[in-house]
Amino acid sequence: MRPDERRGARRPHTVVALLVLASFTVITLDARPSGDSPVDPLRSTAGAVFGPMETGASAAVSPLTAIPRYFGDVSDLRTRNTELEDANARLESELRTSALARQRAGELDDLLGVTEDEGYRLVPAQVVAIGAAQAFSRTVTIDAGRGDGVRPDMTVLNGQGLVGRVIDASRSTATVLLAIDPDSVVGGRLGRTMELGFVSGDGEIGEDGRLTLELVDDVVEPRIGDTVATWGSRGGAPYVAGVPIGEVTKIESSPRELSKSVVLTPYVDYSSLDLVGVVVGTDSADGRVPVDTAARSAR
Amino acid sequence: MTTVRVLAVTGLVMVAVTLQLGVLPTLVLTDVVPNLVLVVVIAMAMSRGPEFGALVGFAAGLALDLAPPADHTAGRWALAFVVVGYLVGMARRDVRTSVLATVVLVAAGSFIGTSLFALSGLVLGDQGVTVGGVAHVVPLALLYDVLLTPLVVPLVLAMMRRLEPAVARL
Repeated sequence: MRPDERRGARRPHTVVALLVLASFTVITLDARPSGDSPVDPLRSTAGAVFGPMETGASAAVSPLTAIPRYFGDVSDLRTRNTELEDANARLESELRTSALARQRAGELDDLLGVTEDEGYRLVPAQVVAIGAAQAFSRTVTIDAGRGDGVRPDMTVLNGQGLVGRVIDASRSTATVLLAIDPDSVVGGRLGRTMELGFVSGDGEIGEDGRLTLELVDDVVEPRIGDTVATWGSRGGAPYVAGVPIGEVTKIESSPRELSKSVVLTPYVDYSSLDLVGVVVGTDSADGRVPVDTAARSAR
Repeated sequence: MTTVRVLAVTGLVMVAVTLQLGVLPTLVLTDVVPNLVLVVVIAMAMSRGPEFGALVGFAAGLALDLAPPADHTAGRWALAFVVVGYLVGMARRDVRTSVLATVVLVAAGSFIGTSLFALSGLVLGDQGVTVGGVAHVVPLALLYDVLLTPLVVPLVLAMMRRLEPAVARL
């Protein structure tokens, strides 16, 4: 269309007004407090399109992004690179990839260690996209989806401890809400006294990311260094029991509030998430591991 | 707009969304990520004016709202980008094309876009949006977007010129 000058000057306002209205419509449709939103089918379509693209892009740059992670300081790396000259470049990149592979194998071992004790069935997955701080919510995309048995409200963990829970799953990818998100609330149990509380995040992903544990019983005296693990819900959704969350590093009690607020340092480093596992089931149907009485009486 | 142009613009927006979600977070050390999609929208608005800018802004914003791992209320980025595309497109008519003008437009667009998104979150009561968080995020995002400008804007402008070389629209 080639509008004449006069129309060209007027038309944008109509188009923009329509587009603003369209945006408001989408927001209104999606902003329902209840779980179901008419935008969800669109969202899973977008997941089916962008999920594999994100997976591919993330895989393509993973040797590149692994450099600062495995060789420490970037400037350090630059000095070393100039020393080694061009001839070493090919060898070096091979070395990096194998270091990456070894690191991943180690992470997988850790993951298996966590699950062996608890009898969970895990689907391993790679973090392929990370939500920006501009979006004000702490979510990541993983490269396992409905096709791998991943469903919303499944626990996600790694070798260190609790990562978060699945909030949305498309065919080949899933979105994980990190435990550090301000909107995330996890039922937690103080390791030493078995006291219950609720763990929520502060949204800080880096080194200074902290979790807060609100204890149900204010008489309980937590100690610095106490471990907090998930207490788990019926059927293991959204969180299975016994996954370590973090360690008590500070205790704040205010006279105004009835309960104490306990500051935890999470075991998981949310800024360098790579290999994670999704708990897709437990060995027994209801999450209980049967006690083998026959073996005991035979002894 | 011919089919080729629609395809080219769609492709560019999809690549920008993919790079922003899948690649940029691992390349930058902070949790604030350069908003590549926003810079692409601004560049397109600069090349084609308010109507086109708003249209691309809506499409790109909606893609960013829906692509995983987005968790916020859908339509918030779309609204912010429509306004940015429109305003940048309008401003383009008043300023002469220069490096400084481009940088100022991107900075203004980034500020308006990020702030509008945060504001809609505050109004809707979406999770995690706090005034302190906004104050931390907006300046850093602006800095990143300005840094992206020399890498992205000339490329997009060149692409748009190739797509429609003869017509110089107001």
